[in-house]
Amino acid sequence: MNLGLFIPELCLASFAIAVILLDLIVQRKGYLVLVSLVGLLVSAGFTIAMWGDGPEAILGDMLAVDSFALFFKLLFLGIAALVILSSVDYASKMERFQGEFYALILLSSLGMMLMAATTDLIAIYIALDLASISLYILVGFLKDAKSTESSLKYLLLGAVSSAVLLYGMAMVFGVTGKTQVADIATALQSMSISGILDNPALLVGIVFLIGGFGFKIAAIPFHMWVPDVYEGAPTPITAYLSVGSKAAGFAVILRVFYSAFGMPEWLSLNWGAVFAVLAAIGMTVGNITALPQTNIKRMLGYSSIAQAGYLMVGLATMGMAPAGNLLGQSSILFFLAGYALANLGAFSAIIAISNKIDSDLIQDYSGMIKRAPWLALALSLCLISLIGMPPAAGFMAKFYVFSGAVQHGLLWLIIIAVINSVISAYYYLRVVKVMWFGEPSSEEKVPSSAALKLVLFLSCLGVLLLGIIPGYVMKLAETAANMFRF
Amino acid sequence: MDSSYLTWIIFLPLAGAIIVALISNNHSKLIRYVSAIFTLVPLILAVILFVNFDRSAAAAGVMQFEQKAAWINSINAYYHVGVDGLSLPLVVLTAFLGFIVVLISWKINLRVREYFAWLLLLETSILGVFCSLDLLLFFIFWEIEIIPMYFLISVWGSGRKEYSAIKYVIFTLFGSAFMLAGILSVYFTTGSLSMVDLAQNGLGMVQSIMPAAPIFFLLLTGFAVKLPVVPVHTWLPDAHTDAPTAGSVMLAGALIKMGGYGMIRLCVSFFPQVARDYAPLLVTLAMISVLYGAAVTLRQTDIKRLIAYSSVSHMGFVLLGVFALGEVSLTGAALQMVSHGLLTGLMFAMAGMVIHNVEERNLNNLGGLARQIPIIAVVFSVAGLGSLGLPLTSGFAAEFIIFTGSFSSTIVNNIEVFTLLSVLGVVLSAGYILWMIQRTFYGPVQEQYNFVKDADGLERVYMFAFIGLIMLVGIYPAILTDVIKLGISPITGLIGG
Repeated sequence: MNLGLFIPELCLASFAIAVILLDLIVQRKGYLVLVSLVGLLVSAGFTIAMWGDGPEAILGDMLAVDSFALFFKLLFLGIAALVILSSVDYASKMERFQGEFYALILLSSLGMMLMAATTDLIAIYIALDLASISLYILVGFLKDAKSTESSLKYLLLGAVSSAVLLYGMAMVFGVTGKTQVADIATALQSMSISGILDNPALLVGIVFLIGGFGFKIAAIPFHMWVPDVYEGAPTPITAYLSVGSKAAGFAVILRVFYSAFGMPEWLSLNWGAVFAVLAAIGMTVGNITALPQTNIKRMLGYSSIAQAGYLMVGLATMGMAPAGNLLGQSSILFFLAGYALANLGAFSAIIAISNKIDSDLIQDYSGMIKRAPWLALALSLCLISLIGMPPAAGFMAKFYVFSGAVQHGLLWLIIIAVINSVISAYYYLRVVKVMWFGEPSSEEKVPSSAALKLVLFLSCLGVLLLGIIPGYVMKLAETAANMFRF
Repeated sequence: MDSSYLTWIIFLPLAGAIIVALISNNHSKLIRYVSAIFTLVPLILAVILFVNFDRSAAAAGVMQFEQKAAWINSINAYYHVGVDGLSLPLVVLTAFLGFIVVLISWKINLRVREYFAWLLLLETSILGVFCSLDLLLFFIFWEIEIIPMYFLISVWGSGRKEYSAIKYVIFTLFGSAFMLAGILSVYFTTGSLSMVDLAQNGLGMVQSIMPAAPIFFLLLTGFAVKLPVVPVHTWLPDAHTDAPTAGSVMLAGALIKMGGYGMIRLCVSFFPQVARDYAPLLVTLAMISVLYGAAVTLRQTDIKRLIAYSSVSHMGFVLLGVFALGEVSLTGAALQMVSHGLLTGLMFAMAGMVIHNVEERNLNNLGGLARQIPIIAVVFSVAGLGSLGLPLTSGFAAEFIIFTGSFSSTIVNNIEVFTLLSVLGVVLSAGYILWMIQRTFYGPVQEQYNFVKDADGLERVYMFAFIGLIMLVGIYPAILTDVIKLGISPITGLIGG
């Protein structure tokens, strides 16, 4: 076994510990940010160095080091870096536990990186818990009533969903006798159709897996926690949840469903149809419930349920497509990258604004274009990207995902999806409208720190680049989708 | 032939928008001059293209001034622009209006920097739509146009501006959502996004089976909202009425032409057989648009709303010409788009001038202005007469060609009846136009308007530029029809006799 392939994770873990220890000795907490960022950068450096090498397995075939995992690792490292940068203002208000705050962000991104790489059901469960437990704590970090309530809610529902997931894994193991996704696939192919159908445990197990993972990606009907937790959590953590946790969930689903349950075609057609229905309901419910929201964080919470719906269109495509056609996978990867940038950008603008006005109500954003023109412009661009209008990344992402779906007979789903995009335009544009045409409640300027400016600049640049010249990232996503270890 | 002319024409206004956005609001004069330059140069380039356009018969159906570069390999999308006889006149029209609206907006004082930046971005997106030869590129330009228009209406508009702006956005997005589904379907039945290949090979490129009619209607929905066709026209009167003058001129002059252009370029030339099958339905809708639009126009008392509703009626003629599917009728439809762009553009500019100078827009309160503002009165009257189809103006040439073309078209059964009924729209338009001019400019002189200013020097320049073009096309329509024919004949070749 080549431990060198595990360096990015080891590196991140040691930096996380270093941050906690440093917290005890340094007085200027700014160094903690610096150390965390260096840790992410170093880890990313090692990850990039591995890009292009052939797929390998390490730790007793528990982890795969393939382009798919590397793509997600880079995505998570980037997300964590942006989240840490956008937390600088936020965390400086905390008197204690700053070190733990950054360390937990690093640890949960370590968990997400492992989730993207694991090829074994047990390892998936452990990685998922590492990511989740860190997030439970982070959500409650403010220690006020709302934050604590949302943390508890997240913890309880998360525990239930973990139990469901574990139960599903146990059933799959019971039928196939294997925990490795590749072995499960082999075992399934050796069974006859009637052999599987006579034994409903496998199908129930798969449904439970969808439920357990569905919690992570905020798929309907496992989305109940989203609005409350998004509203109560510290805003940078909300941003982190909405992109990191979701992307990690999709990484696992892609690998497990494609590798383990992709092969008997009638099986993949069936779970593909389940995802198609979940996608249709998810985006419709998400968008319609987002319409009346007055709190911008809650609104983005519902919008993230809808975005999960668009993403699940890609999963449905993966199920419907014959093996070897990877458009569904690569389009999900691209969509996740574009969505992460737009959502992180939107949330960091919200952080800057709410730092000043101390409110998350949309009506308090009135006239923001006069108080903070660049912030308002950046937030507008990110919201336009979330609608899926050109020239932003969101449009290309939707085009890519939908084009795969049309190819596999899902035109009905696409028509639902595009109508949903129109509905979503209404509530996203309402924020834009309030910011541009409302009267400012005061003339005071809204300041933003250098770190937040950097996050906003990077995410807006990314949103525009992915929207105008998406070719390069699409190529990366295709390579990643092509290089499953199993 | 690779030429970067079109790229310059499309993106110069965008470059201007970026430069304007970086100039401080205090230098409003500089902002205006920069905007004027960055729209004048594309206009000059567009005229150069028009002069150099190859009009020989061999050029029929050939894209000229093409530029093609790889863009997104994964989905086979190219940056591909070019013009043929159908799009070139619209490009020139848009470039012309784009420059004129900067002049029209010379007196804007509110948030000058943003205003001109949005205006320039709008021009880029419309030009992009007319020049794109790749479906993805086409759709991106199509969607980008929504954002500047939304801001132009809701910040610088009047009346219920925010309501009108969001209504415009939702209608347009709704239409383009269907269009996107249509484009995706085209892409996956043929594997190509190239509008040239699709038009030439049509359904010969089909790789996977998908019935053509649903795709046709998905695309058509997007264009029908834009054109607009009754019953999805309700955004238009609101948006036109509440938009600032420049916004109305761009909307009526260039933007809604995207609908007609798209119908010819995508619906008819990709799916000639479906177009034939459903032509009776669409011709009926055209007739309803013409008559209903005209009837509603008669009831309007707001000067801008009246002109807006007249557009519904006049765009009905375009729909009639397109789906009569004859070579002459399609040529007439394309000519009508240019002519209507000039006439209605001028009418909105004049209406804006009246509203700005007189500060009154209700026809019941206006009257007798011919004494006080004779120049505006004369030019407004000429525009109105052109709009009702008086000979020597472009309106006459275009409508005459549409009606003769439709009447003699052999493709649609009973087209004569539809044509004759639609001609009634002209009679009604004579009614509302003359009534509007009479209520505004004639009748007893009203004392309170004694000190109203007439058009100033700059305004005279652009209104006579409009009049000159209207007369030029009216007297010598061949200057355009010779070009348009080259774009239309390959399409009618697909439809068959």
